[in-house]
Amino acid sequence: MDALLPVANVLGRLLSVFSLAYLMPIVAAIHYNDGTTPDFVAAMVICLGAGLILYAVTRANYRELKPRDGFLLVSAVWALMAAIATIPLLLVYDNMSFTDAFFETMSGLTTTGSTIMTDLDHAPPAVNLWRHELNWLGGMGIIVLAVAVLPLLGVGGMQLYKAETPGPMKDAKLTARIADTAKALWLVYFLITLACIGLLKWAGLSWLDAICHAFAALGLGGFSTRDASVGAFDNPLVEFILIVFMIIAAMNFATHFVALRGRRLSAYWHDVEARGVIALIVSSCFGVALYVWLEGTYEDYLTALRHVSFNLVSMATDCGFASQDFDKWPVFAPLWMLFLSCITASSGSTGGGIKMIRTLILAKQANRELTRLVHPAVVNPVKVGGNPIPNSVVIAVLGFIFLYFMSVVMLTFLLILSGLDFMTALGAVVASINNAGPGLNKVGPATNYAILTDFQTWVCSFTMLLGRLEVLSLAVVFTPQFWRK
Amino acid sequence: MKIIILGAGQVGTSVAESLVSEANDITVVDNNAERLNILQERLDLRVVPGNAASPSVLDAAGAVDADLLIAVTQSDQTNLCACRVAKSLFNVPQRIARLRAADYQEYPELLDDKNFAVDYAICPEQIVTDYLRKLIEFPEALQVLEFTDGLVTMIAVTAFEGGPLAGKPLKTLPERLPNIDIRVAAIFRRDQAISPTGDTLIESGDEVFIIAATAHIREVMTELRRMDKPIRRVIIAGGGNIGLRLAKAIERSVGVKLIERDRARSERLAAELTHSLVLRGESTDEALLDSESVEETDMFLALTNDDEDNIMSASLAKQMGARRTLALINRKSYVDLVQSAGRIDIAISPAQTSIGKLLARVRRGDVAAVHSLRRGAAEALELVAHGDAKHCKVIGRSIDDIDLPAGASIAAIVRNTGQTRTEYKDMIGYEVPIHEVIMAHHDTVIRDGDHVIVFCTSKKLVGKVEKLFQVGWGYF
Repeated sequence: MDALLPVANVLGRLLSVFSLAYLMPIVAAIHYNDGTTPDFVAAMVICLGAGLILYAVTRANYRELKPRDGFLLVSAVWALMAAIATIPLLLVYDNMSFTDAFFETMSGLTTTGSTIMTDLDHAPPAVNLWRHELNWLGGMGIIVLAVAVLPLLGVGGMQLYKAETPGPMKDAKLTARIADTAKALWLVYFLITLACIGLLKWAGLSWLDAICHAFAALGLGGFSTRDASVGAFDNPLVEFILIVFMIIAAMNFATHFVALRGRRLSAYWHDVEARGVIALIVSSCFGVALYVWLEGTYEDYLTALRHVSFNLVSMATDCGFASQDFDKWPVFAPLWMLFLSCITASSGSTGGGIKMIRTLILAKQANRELTRLVHPAVVNPVKVGGNPIPNSVVIAVLGFIFLYFMSVVMLTFLLILSGLDFMTALGAVVASINNAGPGLNKVGPATNYAILTDFQTWVCSFTMLLGRLEVLSLAVVFTPQFWRK
Repeated sequence: MKIIILGAGQVGTSVAESLVSEANDITVVDNNAERLNILQERLDLRVVPGNAASPSVLDAAGAVDADLLIAVTQSDQTNLCACRVAKSLFNVPQRIARLRAADYQEYPELLDDKNFAVDYAICPEQIVTDYLRKLIEFPEALQVLEFTDGLVTMIAVTAFEGGPLAGKPLKTLPERLPNIDIRVAAIFRRDQAISPTGDTLIESGDEVFIIAATAHIREVMTELRRMDKPIRRVIIAGGGNIGLRLAKAIERSVGVKLIERDRARSERLAAELTHSLVLRGESTDEALLDSESVEETDMFLALTNDDEDNIMSASLAKQMGARRTLALINRKSYVDLVQSAGRIDIAISPAQTSIGKLLARVRRGDVAAVHSLRRGAAEALELVAHGDAKHCKVIGRSIDDIDLPAGASIAAIVRNTGQTRTEYKDMIGYEVPIHEVIMAHHDTVIRDGDHVIVFCTSKKLVGKVEKLFQVGWGYF
C-alpha cells in the first residue's frame, strides 16, 4: 500500500495540469454565448483545487516512482480524469446521473466514442467541444502510453520486439529520452490534426464541426456533434477526408515521425504493421462492398463502396463514426467489421484492440506450428518484417490474447446475465474493449448506449478502460501479488 | 618471383601448391607452427610462424624484397591489416587479400592505397557459391566455367551408354547442332587425355569438355544430355558460410532445405533465410533424409567442412534416390576416390575452385583467367594476345601455324569488333564494346587484342603456353 501516496502526489500534479484543458470549452462558451461559461469555469476551479489539495496533502510522500508504480498510475490517471471530467456535464445537465456522465467521459478519454447523450445537434457547443477534446487528449495520452510508458512496464507488443531488432526498424527508436520522444510524437499528432481541421473546413463544415471531427478522427474516438454522426452531413468529400485521417491515425505515430523527419514515404513500407493495416482495410472494403451490393442493400456498387469504405474504416480503425445504419446490413458485414476492430490498428496508434503486430505474430506462430507438424526437425523462428521474434515475446503475446478473449467472453456473459440479448451484449463488449464505439443491435450505430441499465453502463465503462490499458496493465492492479510487498 | 602467403589454411595451402611448382620463391606465414611443419615437409618453401599482421613477422618473412603478398588467413581484419603494413613499411608492390565479409566489398574506397591498400580482393566462399549456382543451373554438367566475363562457357559432361554422345564419332556433333558453333576441347578417357579428331569415337564414361558461346550453352546442354527436368528441389547439408550463401542466392527460384547440426547456427540461418526450410539434425541421419523425402530431391549438396561427412551423406542420399549428388571435398586423394567409384556425381575441391582468379593475377603475361580442371590436373587459360606479327609468336598466324606444345589446344577466341552499343550509355556512362565469339578452326587468324582460350591437358604445359603469348623484347 506504500505506493498509493506517492502515486496520489503525481496524480495531484497531473490534475492541476489537466485543469488547463477547460480553457478551450470556456473560450467556445464565451464565443457562442451558449450560457455554459459559469459551469465550465466552476469545473476548472474544482479540478485545479482538487489537484492542488491532493498534491499538497501528499507532498511529504513524494518519491521517484518505481516501474511497478506505473501500473497503478496509468489505471488511476484514466479513472480519475474521467471522473473529474464529468463535472461540467453534471452542471450543464441537471438530470444526468454520475453513471451516465462517467460513461460519457470515459468513452471520450479512452477514445471509444460510444455515447449515452441524445439530441447532440442542439447541445451547447462548449459541451460538444469538451467531449471531443477528451477524445483528442485521450489519443495523445495513448500515444505516450504506447511508445513510452507501456514498454517500460513490459506490456505492449511494440517496443518489446523493436528493442532487439537491427535493420530498418531501428529508426523506431526516435530520440534518446522518453520526454523528447513524447514531445516529438505530440508535435506530429498536433500537426496532423491541424491539417485535418483545415481540410474539413475546406470541405464545407463549420469551424466547430471541423475541429470536433478532426479531434475525434485523430484520437480515433468517434464522437460526433450530430446524433446521426457523420451521416448527418451526407458529404462524400468529408467522408473521404475522414477515411484518410482515420487510416493515418491507425498507423504508428513513430512511423509518421520518421517519415516526416526524413521526408520519405519509404518509412511506411518498412513498417510491417502499416503494410498489414493497408492490405487488410483495402481488401476488406472492396470485398464487403461487393457482398453488400450483391445482397441488394444498395442499388449500385459505387454507392455500396462509398458507404462500406467509410463505416468499415471507421470500425476497423476503432474510430466509431457512422454514416449509415450498418447494423441493418446483412449480418456478415457488421460482424466482419467488428472482427476487424479487434485486429487492425497498429501499435503506437490511437486505435485499440489486439493491435496489428500481435495479429501478425499470432498468424506466424500458427503457421510455424503447422510447419512443425510436417517437418519435425524444422527450425523456424517467428519473423516479423524479416526479424526473428524471441520466443518469450511470442509467449507473452499468447498470454495477452488469452486474457483478452477471456475478458470478452466473461464480460459478454455478465451483460447477458444482466438481461441483454446476445448480439447486443457481444457488440457492446467488443466495441468497448476495442474502444471502437457503436456495437450491434440495440447499441448499434442508429441507437446509443442510453438504453443500458446503470449496472450495464458501469460494466461497459470498465471494459473500455480494460481495453485501453491493454488488459494486462489494469488486470495486474487487481491481483493480490501486486499489493504484496 | 618472391611471394609471401599469409595463412596456411585450405586456401593458403592450395595457392602454395599451385605456385611452388612454377619456380617461385615462396614464404608461408601462419600462427600454427604444426600446420607449417606439415606444409614444409611436403613442399619446397620457407615458413615463418607468427602473427601475419605484425611488422616483425612480415619482416622475418622477407617482405622487404617481396614482389607479392597474398593474405588469405581466416580473418578479414588480419588480411586487411597485413596489406596496409606491407604497403607502408615494406612497399610490397602487389597485395592480394581474402575478404569474406561482403561489407568491405561494398565500399571499394576502403581498399585503395590511402586506406587498406589492397590491390585485389577475393572471397573464396563467394566464388565457390557462384560455381555451385552454375552447376544447379546446368544440373548435368560436371564443371561449368566462364571466360571473358561470361561470354564463353566451357562445360564438362560425362558420356553414358545410350546417351547422345557415346558410340558416335565427334564429327556428327555439328550435324545435330546445325546453327551453333561448338568445339570439343578435350576428352579424358580413364583419366588420360586423348586428342580429339573428327573421327574419334566417344566411349561411355568419357569426360568431354565442350566450349561454346554462353548464349548457346543451354541448347547445347539440351542436345548433349537428356535434360529431363530442371532443378526444382535441393537439399543442402551444412549451413556454413558456403551453405548459407548458396541458400540465400537460390532460395527464391528453387525449393531449398538446409540441414544444420548446430543449434545456435541453425537459429541464425533460420533468421537470415526467408524462403528456405532450415532443419536441425545430422546430414548423415537416414531417418531425417527419409522424412524430408530425399528421393524426390533433384540435387543433394553436401557442403559441410568435414570431408568424411560430406562423402557419407552424399553417398547415402544417392543410394536413397537423390537425382544428383555433390560433395565438397578438400582432400585431393578423396576426390579421385569417390568420383571414380561413382557414388557421388560431382566432387568439388573448394580451394581449387576458388584460387583460379587469384592465380590469374600471379601468372606472368596477360593471363585473364585460369580455371583448374579435373581437380588441378589440367587447366584452361584465357590469354590476351598483344603486339604485332613481328614480335609475337601468335599474332597474324592461323591456328595451324602456331607452335603449340602437344596436349595444348586453342578452343575459342573472343574478339573486340571495334563497334559499340550506345543504348545503355545514359545508364552506365560509357558505350559497351561488342565482342564476337569465334570458335577456333584451323585457319582462324589471331589478331592483336584477342582473348584466346587455351586448353592444357596437363599442368606442365602452362608455362610453355604462357611463354608463347609473351611479347618479344623488341616490341616495347
